[in-house]
Amino acid sequence: MEVNVTINGVATTHEIEPRVLLVDYIRTRAGLTGTHIGCDTTSCGACTVLLDGKPVKSCTVLAMQADGRQVTTVEGLKSNGTLHPIQAAFKEEHGLQCGFCTPGMMIVGAALIDENQAPSDDDVRWAISGNICRCTGYMNIVKAIQAAAASNAGATA
Amino acid sequence: MTTTAPTTPPEIGGIGHSVRRHEDARFIEGQGNYLDDITLPGMLHMAILRAPVAHARINSIDASAATALEGVIAVVTGDLMAQHGLAWMPTLSGDTQAVLVTDKVRYQGQEVAAVIATDPYIATDALELIEVDYDILPPITTPQQALEPGAPLIRDEKEGQTDNRVYTWEAGDKAATDAAFARADRVVSLETHYPRSHPSPLETCGIIADVNSVTGQATIHLTSQAPHAHRTLFAMVAGLPEQDLRIISPDLGGGFGNKVPIYPGYVVATAASLLLQHPVKWVESRSENLISTGFARDYYMKGELAVTNEGKILALRVDMLSDQGAFYADAQPTKFRAGLFHVVTGSYDYPVAHVSCSGAYTNKAPGGVAYRCSFRITEASFLIERLVQTAAYELGIDPADFRFKNFIQPEQFPYHSPTGFVYDSGDYPTALRMALDEIGYEDLRAEQKRAREEGRLIGIGIAHFTEAVGAGPSHTYDIAGLKMFDSAELRVHPTGKAILKLGVKSQGQGHETTFAQIVAEELGIPVTDVKVMEGDTDNTPYGLGTYASRSTPVAGAATAMVSRKLAEKAKIIAAHLLEAAPADIELHNGEFSVSGSPDHTVTIQAVALAAYTNCPDGMEYGFESVHYYDPPNLTYPYGSYVVVVEVDADTGVWKVQRMVALDDCGVRINPMIVEGQIHGGLTEGFAMSSMQWITFDDDGNCIGSNFMDYLVPTAWETPKYELLSTAVPSPHHPIGAKGVGESATVGSPAAFVNAVVDALAHLGVRNIDMPVLPDRVWAAIEAAKA
Repeated sequence: MEVNVTINGVATTHEIEPRVLLVDYIRTRAGLTGTHIGCDTTSCGACTVLLDGKPVKSCTVLAMQADGRQVTTVEGLKSNGTLHPIQAAFKEEHGLQCGFCTPGMMIVGAALIDENQAPSDDDVRWAISGNICRCTGYMNIVKAIQAAAASNAGATA
Repeated sequence: MTTTAPTTPPEIGGIGHSVRRHEDARFIEGQGNYLDDITLPGMLHMAILRAPVAHARINSIDASAATALEGVIAVVTGDLMAQHGLAWMPTLSGDTQAVLVTDKVRYQGQEVAAVIATDPYIATDALELIEVDYDILPPITTPQQALEPGAPLIRDEKEGQTDNRVYTWEAGDKAATDAAFARADRVVSLETHYPRSHPSPLETCGIIADVNSVTGQATIHLTSQAPHAHRTLFAMVAGLPEQDLRIISPDLGGGFGNKVPIYPGYVVATAASLLLQHPVKWVESRSENLISTGFARDYYMKGELAVTNEGKILALRVDMLSDQGAFYADAQPTKFRAGLFHVVTGSYDYPVAHVSCSGAYTNKAPGGVAYRCSFRITEASFLIERLVQTAAYELGIDPADFRFKNFIQPEQFPYHSPTGFVYDSGDYPTALRMALDEIGYEDLRAEQKRAREEGRLIGIGIAHFTEAVGAGPSHTYDIAGLKMFDSAELRVHPTGKAILKLGVKSQGQGHETTFAQIVAEELGIPVTDVKVMEGDTDNTPYGLGTYASRSTPVAGAATAMVSRKLAEKAKIIAAHLLEAAPADIELHNGEFSVSGSPDHTVTIQAVALAAYTNCPDGMEYGFESVHYYDPPNLTYPYGSYVVVVEVDADTGVWKVQRMVALDDCGVRINPMIVEGQIHGGLTEGFAMSSMQWITFDDDGNCIGSNFMDYLVPTAWETPKYELLSTAVPSPHHPIGAKGVGESATVGSPAAFVNAVVDALAHLGVRNIDMPVLPDRVWAAIEAAKA
């Protein structure tokens, strides 16, 4: 079947089997490898992308379910050559080590700070509780998301 | 001594600066290059059929339907591998391991056959079409069962193997230890199981083998923590000429020891690429990772302390039985059969100890990798720290006081331990005192007493660990015969920009930043002008890789030493440019000056240009060098951790109220990165204490084969940490660093478990095995009441 998915503002069209997962579509059809696969059970969140602005685990969405819809991946966070506040904050606050969970974490973080300009420690921890990180112990991820929220709030105030 | 103040300005960014990581630029934009991100022209995909049962003889394999499926290129079985002499391979501990089963299955999840197809979905479809006829055999699921007389023989193919024993090994002085026990006022004992765990880095293991018989080139993209060692071992196992064999370990999504071994899938994919003359990719699923690749721990330990009534330790006796799974595949130095477990004497001073170890084959996955630990030190540290707490309770002494009474004192370093280690440096009493003061220990004990009167359960757990990391020296430490030194090659280009090539391999530790900082410190080249390269064996010097916290102790030392070699050459060039004698040249923050006339200077950048354009007469052109560093000793990082928990007596649920973690890893090159490593390590310690558990039912079915059964902590469960530091430099390391990657994983499990047990100590509870699950806590409380 043919599906049409707009990824990071760019229209893509591919002929696929109905069973193809959105994460595989993004990685192997659209060639955007920043979205990662870390488990088989929707547990780890490394594959998180925005589907029409909401975070979803793209290993548990069929590509055909994204037909006609908008997907944002880590590659689409930057705009006009400027890092998204969440990207800048992950680097500044040392919110990543191996980098494998980072795209999913940043996507969830970006969605959170869109809704909540000053998330508490618990707000952030609850928001990212579907994303596993094996390196950082989460403290600096929480700091990074809060710092991004603060910088976002500062920018829009 | 609590911090390492930088001596370079921020624009140079040498040791002590929290330089933001160079590697992050690509990771935050989704431009990391992990193994599964790589696609080669003509690449095929491999999937592995795994045994559904733990112990079974294979009568036949019918792959005809699978082979007939459109898109399937080949089905590989053990028979085909045997035709090429590759049905079995050596392990890192000198045992053998089946690549694909030819006789019988020895654990659930073992590799039975492989499908090579044009598409990964088709390869997986084809697995379901392979018919295997199994004769089920009784499984052995514990090492105790394995060693019972008459137990079914798991390794019946091994010549001379008549039972399921893998090894026996001992350290220390048995006679002297027994004599000390005979003299002791009291003997305190503890039996505990350090359960099977799995490192489960978020990226699983994988390979793209690209063997081309026309060019003779074999390029192996591999999730490898030790690419050079793997190249040599691949060459030996597969019979490939090493000059044509190139291992490329790309960005790694974590490792934690899981990416040290060579797995059967790697051998099959390489053989398939050789036979089919196409690149073959294999990337594990999470379930494959959890059920078949390098597990960790699984030690059944009994420890006994001989003590005086006043609380002085006289001797330690330890008996340990390890569950090795079906193949003995520990990653460890050859001469030690239980890694460095004999460092179990810990941070305490007593003259004698005896450690006896044995291992058994079971119908479980092989492994025994050093999961964020330096070869079994996690198990050792856990046992001694649990044991001293038990002794303190039995003697009625506060657990902190008991430690102070028995610590190795600062003036005793270098300290010769009763099992043969030479601890290089430390100040343990200061560390523990600082951690206790920070958490408010005395007040907490008072609060605990009040809480108990109100029926609430508060526990305070202490662990003071000493690690032994950074192997070599090469005279004692090797992996599969390859000596454990490491290397650094530094090349400074004419414009003064440098490239540093290392034999180690980052898995997230921040090598591209940390090692650049060492060059910046030594030569004054700004840290942003130093590119660090690792992982490609054609383009980096030989080394044994990154595990056992050895990158900074060994490759970090090599980096300092190679920088110093270049500094010597630079001084001669600077003397030439400044028309002075080399002996009078001083180097400070990238500027060379003549002693006594500080205004007469030339920069490192000008010297680099001169090295290619204006050398002194007779000097070889160029500005590069290589250094192979063989450490004179291990390094001995240590720390004091204190945890406060509250336990719900009705449910057994426990929560961490506070955790203070003091680490001494010597000089901290990048404090931000060090603290990040500690956060991560503490979390892995918390994970093993509270939830992570690979276990099996009586049929040998693995319980813990996915992230819904094998629980790893999310941000929601993970505690917050308060970090402290001291910095006693390693006396034998060129920059005084000791390594830190594993400290917190080694030290923290005992602190968490000690805290929960401490909450119940007044009830008489002395032990709860890890993971300290709520039902186990509740059962311990109920048993104490009965």
